Amino acid sequence: MTHDHPPPPPAADRKVLGHPVPRIEDRPLVTGHGLYAGDVSFPHQLHMRIVRATNAHARLVAIDTAAARAHPGVVAVWTADDIADVPPIDFRDPSAAVLKPYRQPVLARGRVRYVGDPVAAVFAEDPYVAEDAADLVEAKVEPLPVVMDAHELGEFETGHGTEPTVVRHSFGDIDAAFAKAHAIVDLELTCGRHSGVPMETRGAIGRYDAARDVLELHGAAKVPHRNKETLVRMLGRRPHGLHLFEGATGGGFGIRGELYPEDVLVLLAAMRLRRPVKWIEDRREHLIAANHSRQQHHRVRAAVDAQGHLLGITDEFFHDQGAYVRTHGARVVGRTMSMLTGPYKVGAYRAVGHFRLTNKTPAATYRAPGRYEGTFVRERLMDAIAQRLGIDGIELRRRNLIPGAAMPYTVAFDEPGAEELILDSGDFSALLDKALVHFKWRDVLADVTRRRAAGEAVGTGMAMFVEESGRGPADGAKISVDTDGVVEVVTGGASVGQGFATAMAQICAEALGVDYQSIRVVHGRTDRIAYGIGAHAARATVMTGGAVNATALALRAKALQYASELLQTPADALDILDGVVRRRGGEGGPSITLGEIAARVKPGAELLHGREPGLSAEAWFHTDHTVFPYGAQFAVVRVDRDTGHVTVERLMIAYEVGRAVNPMMLDGQLVGGAIQGVGGALLEEFTYDHDGEPLSATFADYLTPTLRDAPPVDVLIAEDFPSPRNPLGLKGGGEGGINAVGAVIASAIDDAIDMPGAVTRLPVTPQRLREILRREAAHP
Amino acid sequence: MTEKLDITLNINGRNHAIRVEARKTLVDAIRDDCGQTGTHIGCEHGICGACTVILDGEAVRACLMFAVQAQGKKIRTVEGLAQGDKLHPLQAAFIKHHGLQCGFCTPGFLMLAVNALERNPEIGDEELLDVLSSNLCRCTGYQNIITAVRAAAAEMRRGVLQQAGAPA
Repeated sequence: MTHDHPPPPPAADRKVLGHPVPRIEDRPLVTGHGLYAGDVSFPHQLHMRIVRATNAHARLVAIDTAAARAHPGVVAVWTADDIADVPPIDFRDPSAAVLKPYRQPVLARGRVRYVGDPVAAVFAEDPYVAEDAADLVEAKVEPLPVVMDAHELGEFETGHGTEPTVVRHSFGDIDAAFAKAHAIVDLELTCGRHSGVPMETRGAIGRYDAARDVLELHGAAKVPHRNKETLVRMLGRRPHGLHLFEGATGGGFGIRGELYPEDVLVLLAAMRLRRPVKWIEDRREHLIAANHSRQQHHRVRAAVDAQGHLLGITDEFFHDQGAYVRTHGARVVGRTMSMLTGPYKVGAYRAVGHFRLTNKTPAATYRAPGRYEGTFVRERLMDAIAQRLGIDGIELRRRNLIPGAAMPYTVAFDEPGAEELILDSGDFSALLDKALVHFKWRDVLADVTRRRAAGEAVGTGMAMFVEESGRGPADGAKISVDTDGVVEVVTGGASVGQGFATAMAQICAEALGVDYQSIRVVHGRTDRIAYGIGAHAARATVMTGGAVNATALALRAKALQYASELLQTPADALDILDGVVRRRGGEGGPSITLGEIAARVKPGAELLHGREPGLSAEAWFHTDHTVFPYGAQFAVVRVDRDTGHVTVERLMIAYEVGRAVNPMMLDGQLVGGAIQGVGGALLEEFTYDHDGEPLSATFADYLTPTLRDAPPVDVLIAEDFPSPRNPLGLKGGGEGGINAVGAVIASAIDDAIDMPGAVTRLPVTPQRLREILRREAAHP
Repeated sequence: MTEKLDITLNINGRNHAIRVEARKTLVDAIRDDCGQTGTHIGCEHGICGACTVILDGEAVRACLMFAVQAQGKKIRTVEGLAQGDKLHPLQAAFIKHHGLQCGFCTPGFLMLAVNALERNPEIGDEELLDVLSSNLCRCTGYQNIITAVRAAAAEMRRGVLQQAGAPA
């Protein structure tokens, strides 16, 4: 059911939707009252500590837990044998059967497959005691050969190799495209292993209420409703007997809130030990146990005509999944290839993604999954084509952009089951023009040219990209007004710190006619609403926002009908302003507050005349299609040739979002995402030695950007093409900031050192850049 | 290692009499034994600064100290910044300038900045950036944190001037 919605009004014609208003989340957070996972405690709780594998690949011969069990204060120690009835961590969505053998068991069975693999769980009266006892657990192992490079194949277990599947996406006649090419450009490109690394580590608190037979998981995030479905399946609970609770969440970025072994363990232990069980991850654990991401090696080729038009692209890549297939299955591989062509019109395409297991921490989605990688590959390719044909990079891109007149534009693949992309609306070229003017790109180039002439190693880079957001199928909301006039919005969304509550409050306030600051927004609670899509893939504002808008409009109609009867005035002559219903366009005359109406529709009230009591409504938003925001990014960098250090002087992002709910928060998402992207481009990398020992297990080794690494980021938010796919015209804003940062920094470094195509691997650490410069010095 | 010691921690002017092992970190004692959970734990190896508190006038990492070492000292945490309903200028500036998203690093940044501005209200911008670069944030990209701290610094200086110039 897809139909086009008319463009919604701009912010200037609205009271609060579209305005940069302060967040309703902030006051508790700046006063120390946010309830993060670590702040949740229950009386008589136990503390869990995980014993983790110290070998990257080994056969588990025996696990001696006797000393740990005998340690004072220890209540139980579990290994796989103690939970033999529990299945491995399941996929969230139905996945290919070939992936099933590769799911991660809750505790390692038979083999350990990465350093950090949970081997045993210790439950004790005190967290320090749990840690002491965990040190006493001895796992006897026989080391097995490790696979540390996704190009190598090994054995996962007898009968199962380390390549569970190869994913293919293609369209058009690729052989014909290459046969008629004027030039063929081929590149080998590598994206490093890095991840979201939120400031709050993971945490999970399990609690069993035997009186009501309800099992509770606190510290949930991202997708509480979806994780509940998985847990219900895995634990054989009835849906009403298992609930998830999200408090404040200290950053998500795609990795937090996935279902991990520790979540399952605290629930099992709460049930079986009959005491609440708390687990808080330490930072070393986080860096070796929470999802990694991004590591891919691409061999990409383009066939172009003499003008640089993309006749065909082939890409074969190796995705380093790590030791197990986690909740997403092979989705990142699929997304990498389905979005690889991005904003360009490509005649023919053939992508082959090798989904390979290695003896590293398992990988999954991190902000702009598959797109940070894919944009790096595609835009490196565009730079290389421009260089080969002697065409300006911006001009080359412009020649290949899908024209605005072609929207909506469908990218369909030949393979059965490969989801087509329907780019809903926009004009890539128009955004590029707007960005070049806004950022005074000509002046930027002139300045850089002047500095280069003076001997500085400075350079610029640019890239275009497409994002994806607002995947359906549906989301619902419930809104009620209490007798004090306070509005409660109950959603199945989730907040990972992005300002979800404020966005929902603004949407509700605009539709209903109340002060957004007085609205209470409920999220991440499966006991308050049965369905929810959570906060991932830039979905929350589009999907849950759509549901809140529909529900607030239904509630408004209801309130106006009651007010009409009470005030003896036709409903269409009434308006709601700051929670007060009065005659449209006049200050005088009779009025009634929403709270007063709520008091007049209590059970048994005369006014009801057979209608259901209460001032409340429930409604849904349905969609079959995702929406596609898009953007252009630019960078200016300076290279220190002696040290190999790269200083990012400036980043610029132009981003089309249809309609911004809150430009201040959107700017925050784009800037924050951009700086995370700088980390993946220059600093962040999970490295291992030859035996699979992780070498990036502290913040001294895994470097995230500090304030000194963070350049100013200029943001241009465009609202020129509201999405016709939803009534508010929204396109998601969470992932655009990071998407092209690897691409533009790579391009700008090439330019700064005057070596086109020099950067083929992220992150560009000082060591790697020095190596590039040394090679150049040796073979100028 | 189970012998426990009786100590008193003075947090935001209130005494907390607690029994802790000698190995218990200050941040664990503040959170778990004194119930002041506004101070967060981000890395436990002194790099991220989420656990920053002010101890006798110095911003310190509460994960790198033992609780027993803080006995007899005055500890200030994020819970002590607002006076009743009135937010500290830095808290108000973080809200106004969108200096936080998930809020997890925020208490640490607030205590770091409060300490820097109290020690030297005329602190230069370079020095301020140096101080602020000692904590990690993963959401904001830092720009709005810098904006918020600069704005609060200006306001705090104005407040001091007004107080000094106000008629008795």
